[in-house]
Amino acid sequence: MPSLRLLNVTKRFGALKALDDVTFEVKDREYLCVLGSTGSGKTTLLRSIAGILRPDEGDIVLDGERVNSVSAEERNAVYVPQTYALFPHMTVLDNVMFGPLAKETDRRIAEEVAIRVLRLVRLDKRGDAYPHELSGGMQQRVALARGLASGAKLLLLDEPLGALDVRLRLELRTELRKLAKESGFTVIHVTHDQEEAMTIGDRILVLRKGKLQQLGTPYHVYNRPEKIFVASFVGSTTFLEAIVESRSKEGSKLRLREGLKVRVIDSSFEPEEAVIVSVREENISITPEPRGDEHNRLSGDVTEVHFLGSFIRYVVKLTNGDEIAARVPIKMVKTEINQGDWVSISFDPMNTHVYEYPTLGLQGELEVS
Amino acid sequence: MPLIRAEGIRKEYGKVTALNGVNLTIKDGEYLSIVGPSGCGKTTLIKSIAGVVKPDAGDILIDGNIVTPIPIEDRGVGYVFQEIALFPHMNVYDNVSYGLMVRGVPPLDRSGPVEEMLHMMNLEAYVSLYPKELSGGARQKTAISRALTSGSTLLLLDEPLGALDLKVRTILRYELRRLVKDLGLTAIHVTHDQEEALSVSDRIVVMRAGQIVEAGPPMQLYLRPEKIFTAKFLGEANFMTGEVTETRNGDIMVNVDGSRLIAHTGINVSLEEGEKTVLAIRPEFVDLSTKPGGVNTWTCEIISASFVGDTMRYDVRAENSANLLVKAPITGHESSFMAGDKVFMTLPDENLLVYRLPEEGLEKALSLE
Amino acid sequence: MANKFLGSVMATFDKLSSRPIVKKVVYALAVFFLVSFILIPPVLGITFKLGLAEQVFSNPELVNRSESAIFWSFAIAFSVATLDLIAGLPIAWIIAEGRSRWINIIDALADIPFVIPTVALGFSTLLFWGNSGPVSLLGVIVPPGLLLVLLLHFAFSFPVIVRVMVGELMAHNTIYETAAKTLGARAFTIARTITLPLLRPGLIAAFLLAFARSLSETGATVIVAGLFENGPVFIKNAKDAGLEGPMVLVSFTLIISSVAVFALIRLLGNRLKIPLNRAYPGPEAGLSSKRSVNFRNSVTLLVFGLFVVLPSIYITFPAFGALSDGTLQKAISGAGVWSSFWQAMTLSYVIAVLVTLINIATGLPIAILIARKRLGRLATTLLDALVNVPIVVPSVALGVSLGLFWRTLNFLPEFWILVFAHMTITYTYFVQAMAAAIEGIPEEMEETARTLGSRPLHVFRKIILPLAKYSFLSGAILVFTRSVDETGAATAVSQTMKTAPVLLVSWVKHQVPVTDSDIALGIAFLVLTSFASLLVLRLIVYRGKK
Repeated sequence: MPSLRLLNVTKRFGALKALDDVTFEVKDREYLCVLGSTGSGKTTLLRSIAGILRPDEGDIVLDGERVNSVSAEERNAVYVPQTYALFPHMTVLDNVMFGPLAKETDRRIAEEVAIRVLRLVRLDKRGDAYPHELSGGMQQRVALARGLASGAKLLLLDEPLGALDVRLRLELRTELRKLAKESGFTVIHVTHDQEEAMTIGDRILVLRKGKLQQLGTPYHVYNRPEKIFVASFVGSTTFLEAIVESRSKEGSKLRLREGLKVRVIDSSFEPEEAVIVSVREENISITPEPRGDEHNRLSGDVTEVHFLGSFIRYVVKLTNGDEIAARVPIKMVKTEINQGDWVSISFDPMNTHVYEYPTLGLQGELEVS
Repeated sequence: MPLIRAEGIRKEYGKVTALNGVNLTIKDGEYLSIVGPSGCGKTTLIKSIAGVVKPDAGDILIDGNIVTPIPIEDRGVGYVFQEIALFPHMNVYDNVSYGLMVRGVPPLDRSGPVEEMLHMMNLEAYVSLYPKELSGGARQKTAISRALTSGSTLLLLDEPLGALDLKVRTILRYELRRLVKDLGLTAIHVTHDQEEALSVSDRIVVMRAGQIVEAGPPMQLYLRPEKIFTAKFLGEANFMTGEVTETRNGDIMVNVDGSRLIAHTGINVSLEEGEKTVLAIRPEFVDLSTKPGGVNTWTCEIISASFVGDTMRYDVRAENSANLLVKAPITGHESSFMAGDKVFMTLPDENLLVYRLPEEGLEKALSLE
Repeated sequence: MANKFLGSVMATFDKLSSRPIVKKVVYALAVFFLVSFILIPPVLGITFKLGLAEQVFSNPELVNRSESAIFWSFAIAFSVATLDLIAGLPIAWIIAEGRSRWINIIDALADIPFVIPTVALGFSTLLFWGNSGPVSLLGVIVPPGLLLVLLLHFAFSFPVIVRVMVGELMAHNTIYETAAKTLGARAFTIARTITLPLLRPGLIAAFLLAFARSLSETGATVIVAGLFENGPVFIKNAKDAGLEGPMVLVSFTLIISSVAVFALIRLLGNRLKIPLNRAYPGPEAGLSSKRSVNFRNSVTLLVFGLFVVLPSIYITFPAFGALSDGTLQKAISGAGVWSSFWQAMTLSYVIAVLVTLINIATGLPIAILIARKRLGRLATTLLDALVNVPIVVPSVALGVSLGLFWRTLNFLPEFWILVFAHMTITYTYFVQAMAAAIEGIPEEMEETARTLGSRPLHVFRKIILPLAKYSFLSGAILVFTRSVDETGAATAVSQTMKTAPVLLVSWVKHQVPVTDSDIALGIAFLVLTSFASLLVLRLIVYRGKK
């Protein structure tokens, strides 16, 4: 039985729709990552599920029961905000015991539960410390422990790793998931970091301007992005404007600006339709000289070279004025390519996606908020 | 002539030593990034250069002149704060023209330079908006415009992109570098995001615990870091401790817990037989294959496999029980591995970094404090 | 055993607090109380006897006096608030910067006119500038009249400005000033273009508070007014003469006009455009120099010392005199006039305790409504404005109206009318203090607590109250001391019962046979007890600052 279900949920703030007809299911014990940027509605989503906000339309169903009019304290869905909201006047132990005590658990049992959970997050020795005496990473773990100890089965985490150093983020990511899985919790983890979402989510839900863009496994969302926004937000993608020239069962031929032709595997659009074709930057190969056996061979000038550590990113201005970017893992860089060099780029039609040309234009579709 | 020089800067806050005798030279027109973990002193250093913080010892020189006793308002240095700090009661236009205004420039004479800057930063549409009405990216650009309009040639940026979403950050950082180079400025960019530093800097300075660990161009620091901490802090790295069993013409054979590796020592490190050494290799250089390789190939078992879009992250346990992180690009030619697979792992000798075992022990040398 | 019982009682209440109907009833009751006991009596009461105002129009002399009194009330309030703002800001700056060693002393001294009951301030001012005071040695005497009133008001509104501005300056994030410095601006330019504009809401609030205090104060003004009359003095004189008509007319006018003036200043103040268009680096650099700053500071400190501190503490001299001339024994034994003194003191303090308790109980829900904007933006602004009405309206006018209301209804004994009058005057202080404190607690914390299973009352007991306890206590003590200090409303309402300040005013005016030593000692007792409670307040607040 699904643990959480949202049906056509809409939430307005004045004229703005923070959530727009959102429908999805979260299975019991699933670790769902909600991916979106600031203003996408992800915090409103969590707060609506938690009961802090009431939806204007639609239903929220927790464990089979419609909870729209159930108060937050009775929903059993714990909300952990980005600031953690640890109670500054209570010790770590008191913070963690707060949930059980609020639910009238016997004090001794509450303390046992709290200590057990603190042991799980390796903070059992800091029970007497106050929140302000702890580092950011430790505070995060206390916030988590507090949620775990509360007896609720649904954990709503709002950018739990957002306030931490890049290093700490990488370390705590997997720990977070492990903890949730071991304790049997269902988790909805909101983030704007797509790498984070892909690494720890069972499934990813991409949100933009209050609307659900795509819901699927990381593999699915990455390799079969259903919308232009998803293709650009998850991973790094190059987009080109094109018109369909011809199509067949095996694919289509598209015409770029100034007549350059590319082949794609998609065949769902009719000739003369305006489309956008997308290719992932890592699927674009770049060489100083064309080799002759590639598909979709185009050429241009390298306008920018960025060293990004484990790979190098080249921005190339094609002969027709379009801009593409290619990334090459550092160990596969055979010949040095510099800014100003003339290069040949190519990509496999299998690695392309084609989308209908958006009404608001490409830039409008790529805007995050 | 070097534009900026910091000599022997020392600063203490009570018992905490924020800067412990820092020496740094920055060339005219250079885009320098300072990276390090929180508390390493990078913000204190940049504040000392700006005059916001008065060092306890040492001098700051700008163009050969000692500026240490000169107050902030007379140093003529453009500063962008981590908190952005746009004047909330002024619109974009007034914020940007403030520097000129306080110098006594009448309103009519200000409009030229201000409008030019706004045009360059694409902020014309926001001219009469107030800071709270702007998006994060627009606020950031306004802060930069404000710092530059006063005509200073030195730009100090304190985590300028810290408050922004990941996607916006990656786009804005290139714009920032482009702007600095187009205007011929010298920039010092403080960040804890090492990918950011790698992608935009001419040179990177790595700091830790109030001191400079190492400085150099991004590629050099990433591919051939001289110090162990640099290897750890920039990007990810695997570290193994072993004993030198043989040396021959700059090549060493190392025994790592029973398995053997061949590595090359650089000019800076010379090791003798019997000495302890630390070998490091970046996860993207480790090769995994079903077929046995040549030199430096070990057998191993995949403990966990994560899909991260364009790469697979593997946690691997080698034949000698060492745990390593491996990042392999997803090519589509070969399929990825799964947890439980037993494969061959090659650590190419040209990618192995060799270090002397630090006195304080490996763990301490790598710690973030 | 008792703990468990208490625990289960609390648990039941906690559960009740989750039910929407219970919450609605509690808030509705609080609003009902606010409207019907705090707001309606002072507003409606005056209309019952509005007809009496007609009396006045037939008497041209009374009309003149009324018009003049109202005019002078506003003129004095406006001038004093402006002068205090100009003189007080540099002092607030010195205190907030906290760099000089003398900070703590200046800080404490700035509070004195606030700490001392206004009756004492009035008497001290009278003596200081009078013909046996120290200033007379320089050949300067200020007899009771307009000038003395101005001097008095300047002194007692001063700490209001300083307190508010110190709070604003300390809460102010100086990063904007640092940013301005990196752009090349000097101290004076920064103050003019950055700090003051950003502090504008605080400046307006401070101005309005000083304005209100001057408009409202009765006891001290009566002592130093002599033949001069502003609103409160006129009303008291009218009351003493038994002229209800003029009382009603002037009270009514004061109520309407004070609300109007406040609204106007609030609205206009925010629109006032401070010219930010040009800077003059040359002269402004000069004004920023150490020499200019030191000069400015010395002048302000001189003004502060001579016009605020000295007149306020002068009372200590005659008070000490009274200790040695046998008055002390008379006082303790309760002989003669002293028996009514101790009665009055008891009355004042009993009223104060009752008032504090009732205001806490009824004000808390209102504070929550305002702080958490539960009723929506518009309603919250309205509620906030309503809560502020009692301090906007001069307390004596408020007292007249309130007295008329309850007497017309004729079922409340005088004691309770006095309690209600004191309650109305002090209601705002507690609500404001609590609302500010609650606003300072991130709402996220409450929300998170609720999702952990904590019910609204439980959240309040375990989260809000502990975190706001310092504001809670200081709000309560503020109400308490303000109640003890109150002269205006008490004067208007009292018929047979006299509170301590009212009694002391009658002593100063020699309406009762007392010696100067009696007066000095009586005032000293009042000061000491007030001082003790405010000392407790300071200790609590300072512990909280840590």
